[in-house]
Amino acid sequence: MRPSPSRLLNILVPVKRAVDYAVKIRVNPQQTGIDTNVKHSMNPFDEIAVEEAVRLREKLKASVTSIKAITIGPPKALDTLRTALAMGADSAIHVEVPETQPAPEPLAIARTLKAVIEKQNAAATKPEDKIDLVILGKQAIDDDLGVTGQMLAGLLGWSQATFASKVDIDVAKNEALVTREIDGGGEEIKCRLPLVVTTDLRLNEPRYASLPNIMKAKKKPVEKLSPADLGVDYTPQLETLKVSEPPVRVGGGKVANVDELLAKLKEAGFP
Amino acid sequence: MLAARLWARQRALPRRVGFSTAALPHTSLNPVTEQDVAHFSKFLAPNSIISTLSPNPCAPDELETYNNDWIGRFHGQSTTVLKPKTTQEVSEILKWCNDHRIAVVPQGGNTGLVGGSVPVNNELILSLANMNKVRSFDPISGILVADAGCILQSLTDYVAPHNHIMPVDLGAKGSCQIGGNVATNAGGLRLLRYGSLHGTVLGLEVVLPDGRILDQLTTLRKDNTGYDLKQLFIGAEGTLGVITGVSILTPPAPQASNNVILALPTFDNVLPLYQTVKRQLSEILSAFEFIDRTAYDLAVKHGQGRALSEEDTKGAECFVLVETSGGRREHDEEKLNDLLELLLSADKPLINTGVLSQSPAQFISLWALREGVTEAVSKEGKAYKYDISVPLSSFKEVVDNTREHLRSKGLLHDKAVKYVLGYGHVGDGNLHLNIVADAYLPEIENALEPYIYEVVAAHRGSISAEHGIGAMKTHALPYSKSAISIELMKKIKQVFDPRGIMNPGKVLE
Repeated sequence: MRPSPSRLLNILVPVKRAVDYAVKIRVNPQQTGIDTNVKHSMNPFDEIAVEEAVRLREKLKASVTSIKAITIGPPKALDTLRTALAMGADSAIHVEVPETQPAPEPLAIARTLKAVIEKQNAAATKPEDKIDLVILGKQAIDDDLGVTGQMLAGLLGWSQATFASKVDIDVAKNEALVTREIDGGGEEIKCRLPLVVTTDLRLNEPRYASLPNIMKAKKKPVEKLSPADLGVDYTPQLETLKVSEPPVRVGGGKVANVDELLAKLKEAGFP
Repeated sequence: MLAARLWARQRALPRRVGFSTAALPHTSLNPVTEQDVAHFSKFLAPNSIISTLSPNPCAPDELETYNNDWIGRFHGQSTTVLKPKTTQEVSEILKWCNDHRIAVVPQGGNTGLVGGSVPVNNELILSLANMNKVRSFDPISGILVADAGCILQSLTDYVAPHNHIMPVDLGAKGSCQIGGNVATNAGGLRLLRYGSLHGTVLGLEVVLPDGRILDQLTTLRKDNTGYDLKQLFIGAEGTLGVITGVSILTPPAPQASNNVILALPTFDNVLPLYQTVKRQLSEILSAFEFIDRTAYDLAVKHGQGRALSEEDTKGAECFVLVETSGGRREHDEEKLNDLLELLLSADKPLINTGVLSQSPAQFISLWALREGVTEAVSKEGKAYKYDISVPLSSFKEVVDNTREHLRSKGLLHDKAVKYVLGYGHVGDGNLHLNIVADAYLPEIENALEPYIYEVVAAHRGSISAEHGIGAMKTHALPYSKSAISIELMKKIKQVFDPRGIMNPGKVLE
């Protein structure tokens, strides 16, 4: 009897170009959104996702056949893909959205990812060419919606392991053991592949992109697609009414003694 | 009348006792008394006075942060800290102190490294912390006028929305104050690009020891009208007067910054690398910092910034951090990429490898590896810090020779000196030589001094490139300054401060 071919993993890592978290966010004068003419970088949770994919390959060696990064965004999002490639992804897909168009919503993103996965898996002649693991950030720090991973798993009918702080994959058994961050601790779940994992902060600490890898990344292939190629409609379903800054924090004051404190509290309406 | 005489007598008595016990450097100086505190309370708000003396004595530990420097090497015994809110209040304090021969230590953020901002004995501490208002900022000329007690970081934040930056930047920016920066002529990380404070400070407001206010708070870039007196206060470390206001030229903020840490197989490559980097990056080069392997390992050990991977640091003898700042991201990145490609593809590469920051967060993290060395060193143990200017080519030799010197004295082990490390500003010829010990021991100090000073003198270097003289190096001043220079300095001190109340025991012995 011939042994069944050992399973091989193909990992897809969706990444998003977001306003860098070190940048101070300012609302635009029209109050329709934020000033985006600032420094952008890869969404930190997605950076953790890329790192996890690379670490899985370092651990599972040849069992990980490919790591592909994908982004859906304006022309400048290519920089974000290059970072992912410099960190260790093998190839990338850029679904380009015009600069002027509003950022696509999570459902549209999930549909795009589904279309990409189905396209590749339909074209695969051997089972080991199929994408069977998606690792992505649990949320993007710009809109904080945090639903893309769950939507994708739902659309594909795959297992999902959200808010992961530890991922162990048993390729032979076709299983993953994932620790999830939940209120008050961790929850260990076992899931079957194919699987969507969303990353939490404690999963790992992403590496810097080293110079030789940055140079190599420039030569790695990036496939360019348009939403139309994938048959996905990016018309927004949500309407933003108004964006405003949080109220300015008023500084505290010092009181000389308890009596003064009590008086102030009464003044502020405390009984 | 009687009351007045009694009062006068009372204040005279403890003074005389004070003379015999307290060994102030100037025997003609007096300690602070309750009467002095009572006088200060006439014109200072209650929360501007912290004193262990009556009428409202505080707990002694409230004075700890003022009496001790942050590395824990210098300890004063002051009883009283005054925190005036206006220049006028500073003037009244100094006038009183001068009249009553009370020694005064001006104190900013107290982040100095040579004991210049803490008392050597029981001097009055004059903290500028409450003078923290920006007086004016002209977004067209970029000239900022601010109170001396403004924290450097808050000034950076203040000018940032106007697209300007402070010309000075250093690791202690979150605590140090601009007045202290000027008084110590702080150098820091941007000196390579924007020059020293002698150039960027346009004017100063200084309260002289007798209480007169020297108002030179001009905002003129050009002013050739006689002796430039403000220059004397820049780097005088509070020995000539108290800086209360600073007018400083802030450069436009670079529109794009980037940084990269390069791992070098040997120190010998630092200088050729510096040449290459200067040539390739030219006007966008804004920092070229050197960290030796020991310094890097300590920074990583104490969590200062995310470490490079082991693969990237393998076989590296030292690291160089290069920062670029320019007007256009694409232009700068292209230049930097060309440089990096050149470095990586060379036949005999100067570097092993390196990492290029991919985001502002990584930019900060890479800088933290360099800036955090100071903090890491103080977490590791007791630090002897030498901040010297020597020719670039002798950086490593000085560090290695010092280590060997300590080894030959049998002092290089767990219970004495743990690490000897070097880092610094290659672009400015400034080496920070740090000796990390288990405890401050006289035999270590004897092994280091005058040894290091002699090495510096042999290179015609400076025993203090940017930290100043403070209380730590007064005895060593002759290694860098001639007898004539020192004599003239003493004469200048005499002109401004004839009673010697200003920061006694600092700079000049």
